[in-house]
Amino acid sequence: MSATPLLELRGIDKSFGPVQVLRNVDFAVYPGEVTALVGDNGAGKSTLVKCISGIYPTDGGQFFFEGQPVTVNGPRDAAGLGIEVVYQDLALCDNLDIVQNMFLGREKRNGIVLDEATMEQLAGETLAGLSVRTVKSLRQHVSSLSGGQRQTVAIAKAVLWNSKLVILDEPTAALGVAQTAQVLELVRRLADRGLAVVLISHNMNDVFAVSDRIAALYLGRMAAQVKASEINHSQIVELITAGRSGDLGLPPENGAENGAEQAVTVTPGAPQ
Amino acid sequence: MSSTAQLDRQVVEAPKRGLARLNIQLENIASGIVLVLLVIVLGAVSPAFLSFSNFLDIARVVAITGIIAVGMTLVIITGGIDLSVGSTVGLVGAVTASLVAGSVSDNALVSGVKLPVPLAVLVGLAVGALIGLINGLIITRTKIEPFMATLGTMIFVKGLLYLYTGGYPITFDPMPHGYAFLGQGAMFGVPTPVVFFAVAVAVLWWLSRRMSVGRAIYAIGGNPEAARLSGLKVDRTKVFVYTLLGLLAGLAGIILTSRQASADTVIGTGFELIAISGVVIGGTSLTGGRGSVIGSLIGVFIVGVIQNALNLFGASTQIQYVVTGLVLLLAISLDGIARRRRRT
Repeated sequence: MSATPLLELRGIDKSFGPVQVLRNVDFAVYPGEVTALVGDNGAGKSTLVKCISGIYPTDGGQFFFEGQPVTVNGPRDAAGLGIEVVYQDLALCDNLDIVQNMFLGREKRNGIVLDEATMEQLAGETLAGLSVRTVKSLRQHVSSLSGGQRQTVAIAKAVLWNSKLVILDEPTAALGVAQTAQVLELVRRLADRGLAVVLISHNMNDVFAVSDRIAALYLGRMAAQVKASEINHSQIVELITAGRSGDLGLPPENGAENGAEQAVTVTPGAPQ
Repeated sequence: MSSTAQLDRQVVEAPKRGLARLNIQLENIASGIVLVLLVIVLGAVSPAFLSFSNFLDIARVVAITGIIAVGMTLVIITGGIDLSVGSTVGLVGAVTASLVAGSVSDNALVSGVKLPVPLAVLVGLAVGALIGLINGLIITRTKIEPFMATLGTMIFVKGLLYLYTGGYPITFDPMPHGYAFLGQGAMFGVPTPVVFFAVAVAVLWWLSRRMSVGRAIYAIGGNPEAARLSGLKVDRTKVFVYTLLGLLAGLAGIILTSRQASADTVIGTGFELIAISGVVIGGTSLTGGRGSVIGSLIGVFIVGVIQNALNLFGASTQIQYVVTGLVLLLAISLDGIARRRRRT
């Protein structure tokens, strides 16, 4: 495994008004690996992703990309670095076909005219490179695709731009068993091609099926970031629900009870 | 290998795909079939209908609302609507007419400044585009429903028209040749309004199908959030389509005052409904994301052919309203049924 992380965050803080959502979060993502980001509802997973993708500005902390300090001031900066996010509610247009969706907002052109032939070819190559054989025609409207196929197209859209880091927000949440397996295989293939992948999921089976590392957020703090092979199912559940598990996780004096108390004391501050 | 088998199973899950595609195509050509059937039936009933001069008549009548309808198509595809185009036709018609040499009115405000015809036309087009720009800005900045926002500008612009003309008609004594050409002239035997209409159809079809702004228009109507996340400039695109429609409505107003050789406070009234009828009959969905400029071309001709036939058969204006309304209701109902079928 690579020594330098592709993306490293140090000491990220983020507050919305009086509510501190992220506290001193460290997070590292390595190329060629799937890093699962887990945590209970409200632990700060989505906020952390939105900070990485530049949608939310951070209050404090440092970003390192390929070892270099960088600033991300917006989604364009993130895209410029090669960071792509596949959102949970699938940013696809039902009324457009697969090629049109994959190139949406970044169409290839000949002068002022759309270059459909090149786009179709590139889209086909990208899907073939991901070993996707489930779509019959690239000119199919997305509305006629199954949930798994749509997720596949959304992921292929993220990969099309030679991205280095792909963040997937609950990609299997709405899928059946066979489609989940299909998408997880695709996730694994992305990492095997050398991309760094961040997978947000509530499903521990999915997490253990594809991840190399697991990062657990607890009430806005990074409880632990460990290799998947060094941790078991019940330890992860403890990290998610209590913030620590044995030697792992937040120290006791800073951990569960205290952390919960702090979270409670923050809230009454809001109306002041 | 087992993975391939698993992936291939996905293909079986969507067996209706071929049929679904066929359905979409049927939707697109349905209005074309209706138009052809109408022409065949009416031609059989009345030989006068099939004469060349009658076709030119239909085209000339359809051209003015057609120019508005193709612009309206793009607005409706983004999921919007514009009710103010009828008022824009009136105001731009009056402003342009008043600026052309030879125009006269009992209202002192109107009779002052005179400009060469091309300049007067440019000022008129600018007024139309400005009204469209204002519509676009109101809709994107305040997030008011396009229906309500343009209902407001429709009344506001109508008020401006009354203020500007003082309620008096503007007539010409005499009308300059250059201005008469716009509404009454012909190029190679084709009436000028029809030429303008043909150019508008060609340009807007090209723009909507062959340029990235067209792709953005469809994407915004299909899923505005996805369009935004894909980096499209959603607000700028919306402002663009409303401005383009304002410009085209202005062009229609200029052609109409030239053709009628007068401008007054009632011209353009109800044009928004005729244009929207043509767009919807042509298969464009009022919910956005689906439709085409060519469909609207067919749609406005269906409306035009029905009205022409009713004229030929000597039907009264009242009957014409009733029939056109029924056709519109039928088209909207079919759109609703098709939409429900797509969802299930």
